[in-house]
Amino acid sequence: MTIYLRPTSLAEAIKMRADHPDATIFAGGTDVMNRVGQETSLAGMLDLFALDSFVGVSRHEHGIQIGAATTFYQIVRDPLVNTHLPILRDAASQIGALQIQNRGTIGGNIGNASPLGDLLPVLLALDAQVSLASTRGERQVPYCEFCTGYRRTVMEPDELIVSVSIPILSDRTFQYWRKVGTRKAQATSKVMLAGVGETTCNRVTLVRLGIGAVADRPIQLTDVEQLLLSKELDHSQVEQARTLTLRSLNPIDDLRSTADYRRWVAANLVAAFVQQLYDFSR
Amino acid sequence: MSQSLRSSIGQVTPRVDGISQVCGAAKYVDDYHMEGMFYGRTVRSQIPHGVFESLELDDAFDWSDVYVATADDLPGPNHVALICDDQPALVPIGGTIKHFAEPLAVIAAPTQEKVEAAFLHLSAKVTELIPLFDPQDSLSKKIVIHGEDNILKEIQFARGEQDIEQALAACDLVITGDYQTGAQEQMYIEPQGVVAWWQHETCFVLGSMQCPYFVHRALKELYGLDDDQVVVKQAVTGGGFGGKEEYPSILACHATLMARKVGHPVKMIYDRSEDILATTKRHPAQIRHRLGIMADGTIGAMDVDLLFDGGAYTTLSPSVLSRAVIHACGPYRCPTVNVRGRVVATNHPPHGAFRGFGAPQCTFAYARQMQKAAHKLEIEPEEFHRRNMLRVGDVTVTGQKLKESVASEKVLDAVLQQAREPRPQVPSVGNSSNVARGQGLCFYFQGSGFSGNRESVIKARLSVAAMADGTFEVRSAATDIGQGAQTIFAQLAATELGVQLSSIVICNADSSRVPDSGPTVASRTCMTVGALVQQAAQKVREELQRFAAERPLENSGLSDIAQVYCVEHGELEHFVTFEPDPKLNWDAATFSGDAYPCYGWAACLTEIAVDLDTYEVTVERLIHAIDVGQAINPMIVKGQIEGATLQALGWALCENVVYQNGQIASGRLADNVIPTFVDAPEMETLIVEEPYSSGPHGAKGVGEIPIDGPAAAIANALTDALHRSFDEVPMLPERIAELVNQVGRQGDRT
Amino acid sequence: MKIELTVNNQVHTVEANPVSRLLDVLRVELGLTGTKEGCGEGECGSCTVLMDGQPVNSCLLPVAQAMNRDVRTIESLKDNHRLHPVQDALLQFGGGQCGICTPGISLIAASLMESEPDASRERIRTLLAGNLCRCTGYQSIVDAIESALQHGESAS
Repeated sequence: MTIYLRPTSLAEAIKMRADHPDATIFAGGTDVMNRVGQETSLAGMLDLFALDSFVGVSRHEHGIQIGAATTFYQIVRDPLVNTHLPILRDAASQIGALQIQNRGTIGGNIGNASPLGDLLPVLLALDAQVSLASTRGERQVPYCEFCTGYRRTVMEPDELIVSVSIPILSDRTFQYWRKVGTRKAQATSKVMLAGVGETTCNRVTLVRLGIGAVADRPIQLTDVEQLLLSKELDHSQVEQARTLTLRSLNPIDDLRSTADYRRWVAANLVAAFVQQLYDFSR
Repeated sequence: MSQSLRSSIGQVTPRVDGISQVCGAAKYVDDYHMEGMFYGRTVRSQIPHGVFESLELDDAFDWSDVYVATADDLPGPNHVALICDDQPALVPIGGTIKHFAEPLAVIAAPTQEKVEAAFLHLSAKVTELIPLFDPQDSLSKKIVIHGEDNILKEIQFARGEQDIEQALAACDLVITGDYQTGAQEQMYIEPQGVVAWWQHETCFVLGSMQCPYFVHRALKELYGLDDDQVVVKQAVTGGGFGGKEEYPSILACHATLMARKVGHPVKMIYDRSEDILATTKRHPAQIRHRLGIMADGTIGAMDVDLLFDGGAYTTLSPSVLSRAVIHACGPYRCPTVNVRGRVVATNHPPHGAFRGFGAPQCTFAYARQMQKAAHKLEIEPEEFHRRNMLRVGDVTVTGQKLKESVASEKVLDAVLQQAREPRPQVPSVGNSSNVARGQGLCFYFQGSGFSGNRESVIKARLSVAAMADGTFEVRSAATDIGQGAQTIFAQLAATELGVQLSSIVICNADSSRVPDSGPTVASRTCMTVGALVQQAAQKVREELQRFAAERPLENSGLSDIAQVYCVEHGELEHFVTFEPDPKLNWDAATFSGDAYPCYGWAACLTEIAVDLDTYEVTVERLIHAIDVGQAINPMIVKGQIEGATLQALGWALCENVVYQNGQIASGRLADNVIPTFVDAPEMETLIVEEPYSSGPHGAKGVGEIPIDGPAAAIANALTDALHRSFDEVPMLPERIAELVNQVGRQGDRT
Repeated sequence: MKIELTVNNQVHTVEANPVSRLLDVLRVELGLTGTKEGCGEGECGSCTVLMDGQPVNSCLLPVAQAMNRDVRTIESLKDNHRLHPVQDALLQFGGGQCGICTPGISLIAASLMESEPDASRERIRTLLAGNLCRCTGYQSIVDAIESALQHGESAS
């Protein structure tokens, strides 16, 4: 019989995590239940869903904080997210469908570290920080340092994801999100691009591009960022960015799509981002 | 009759089984539980070709309450009866494995958990053999896995006074096209499943199925039983589309074998993964189509070569090929034709029945050809269709004179007229301003009912009975699998009898209670079986009316008369058996004559937008006109058209069955996508009625025809939008990207 | 472990592994077979139930996480002998053919009448994207739900 562990506070949660290293973490459970199937021989179930300490969107001095067990549905509806982080809302609204959105959580998305995780390129683009906790204390990790390989992260086995912090961008910042999947809804991603950009006197003062489903983890398009940063923005960069993306990406052929397709589409989306940033800054 | 009842024919009438559905009360096979029931699971080959050496059971596992059955447990011949009987129920130890997921053994345990655990503790020891996957390799006999030459079936016919090469040479222009269409999974939302049990020497099966008598025959042969020693009952079935036509027979063989060994009922429900990996798919096809046309825009000759991948066993391939071959030239006049079709064996899991049954593949090819012809001639496609379409009085490529019920012009007019109406609201195309748009038309047809003489051979039989409570029971083997058969039969019977719809009871398709009216396939249920329902109802009515005339009952309703009759005589049942129409003649040897009693006609017009950043297609408009003869229930007809249309759009745009080393690459539904609510366009459905005199109230088939055309319409629209030739199904964004970026095969720009 | 569940306004106590799927507990322990299994991976939506008014896939829900929640299945929709307006609309518009997806769709549609009564056809499609139907082509279902939303409690 699987042991059921239901903490009622953050302190209790990290203690249970330390005391029961064999227990499987359950937030919304949508990924775990798919992997676990009907295997009721799990040693333990550490249930973090709807735990107050882990849920909610709030404003603090450095930005917006989102609890790890906040569901996609809650993110989509949150006024702070809608006002300041529209691309996070857009990405959350395109994960699975309604039933999955009512259960899936941002912490689960981060913890799974799948290259197909829909929120992850957005966290890269928004320069998010992940807050981790264990009995040994808390630490913040910039999301761009979080993933170390295919489904591998910097997390220690006894750490839990507590929350994500995202700096607030000004409304002069352009935000871009596009997901391309296996169909128009409830789709596995083939390419995802998240981008933020800002210009001052037509010079690019901020640009971050996070891209998913084209590598073993979500990645930042630093080459393209460098191409654009501090430069005066004009039409020629649309094509330059497209070409650079084509050259710098090395996706694979797999069950769902082809390397060529991913490369072409990624390049087109990056070009669209640059074009739209240009239009936005006018 | 005491009161005249408004006939429900042609009226929107809710399904007679609808209330239980919307309440969740309809019982599908997995909703049944029987006392002492065991749970079964199939042990399947993990290689595509080899020898099954032995089954290894892990000693460390507790097998005390687990039963294992192999081919050695079969008391009779080891085959699943169908057309050729070449498919074993279980591969015998020492026997040849011919496809991935081929059944090797069956296990059962008292709980689902136990059988799943047991499943992980056994394995098959095999010796691998080189597999054969490419139908071209089958033809060249690189390896021979079936008979002498890998050919499961070959059909060739020709018509015309000239030799085909001479005829083509005499044409002003010959368009040669090579087309490929991929497999497709039926993806009924309810997976396959049966419950089986024995009572003394009688075998019982309750299951999700389309053809109880197919299962009945398979079990009779497997166990050497008489007709009344096998009872097969259909449970409410959650979709079939052909996927539950022949497949349930093999599942029933497994479950009954297990039940026999265990001595308890055995339930076997496939999970989605097993269903995707192991059951039949639409035949992949390679078609070379040569179309000879004259400068005046008329068709001079056609030479079509079809190569279908049948997979490892014959199953229904001969029938699929038969329909394909007859449809290969399309709904056109053509003086000289030559059609050769071959379905070959490969080490893929057997391909089988899926709505359309060979016609979608062929329609794709000929509709693309006709589009190319129109383009070359620089005339509008609809003009080309009008110049060449079959009309009443014309003769088809098999030499059938179309005496009636030809709506070729009507369906074309209908879609073109609708296209001039403002379209329904269109969903936005991503957030892209980089879009190409195109329009595509497909004009096509489909034979209603069985091809050739099959209907005469099976001699469908059913009955209608007047019951003691004043209701009337229709007893046939037709299964409602969602297409509304129960409702249609109720409407037909009620109208013929002159009673309320609520007075009609449709007997469950249970072999112990209904005669064999044939399988629920081939778009024959309303047209052919429905006509028998009318005839039987008529006999019942006439006899009851004669009975009433001899008594003071003349002004009573038929229900009242029936009650009085039954008190005196018991139940009144009239049987009818199908009688072939003497005016129809088919020569199977030369493939000539009346291929079908009649044809349905159709046209599909689509407008698409292609996002040039992502190569995704949005269907912005879908107009579909289908001639059904007479819509017995317009709501049900519309539902059939829309459902089939979306299956075709899925086949065309997002469904991708990927084989890797002979196995489907993933058994997950998430990896084998079908369209969602958002992928489906707002459809404009036009029901056209060109009655068929032998159909009930003029009705013809509707179940399959709408799936044949939309893929070609999409291909024509993509070709229009992007000026590349789309000659394959599916047209995934990856393929569109390749063609737009001009990688891979150079296409003819039509 | 002992798990207390409130399903369709009735309290049940079941003995189950906390990771057991809510779907199995509903169908097998409680005999509520109206909720269906089409895929077991949270893709088809035929296992949809409402939990605290929100649609979720019961095939992905560990039963322990249904404790202290209000679970509603299709069996709760009909009010004695009166069909819910969405059920009636689905009947009138032919929104069910084989019926296997109908319970899940009915539940979500019913919850829409509370949460988004002004949903457009496009919005209806988006909200139901997690419910797959292979029979209808979706058209008649959208027609039915649109009609039920427009007519409210007095559908047809």
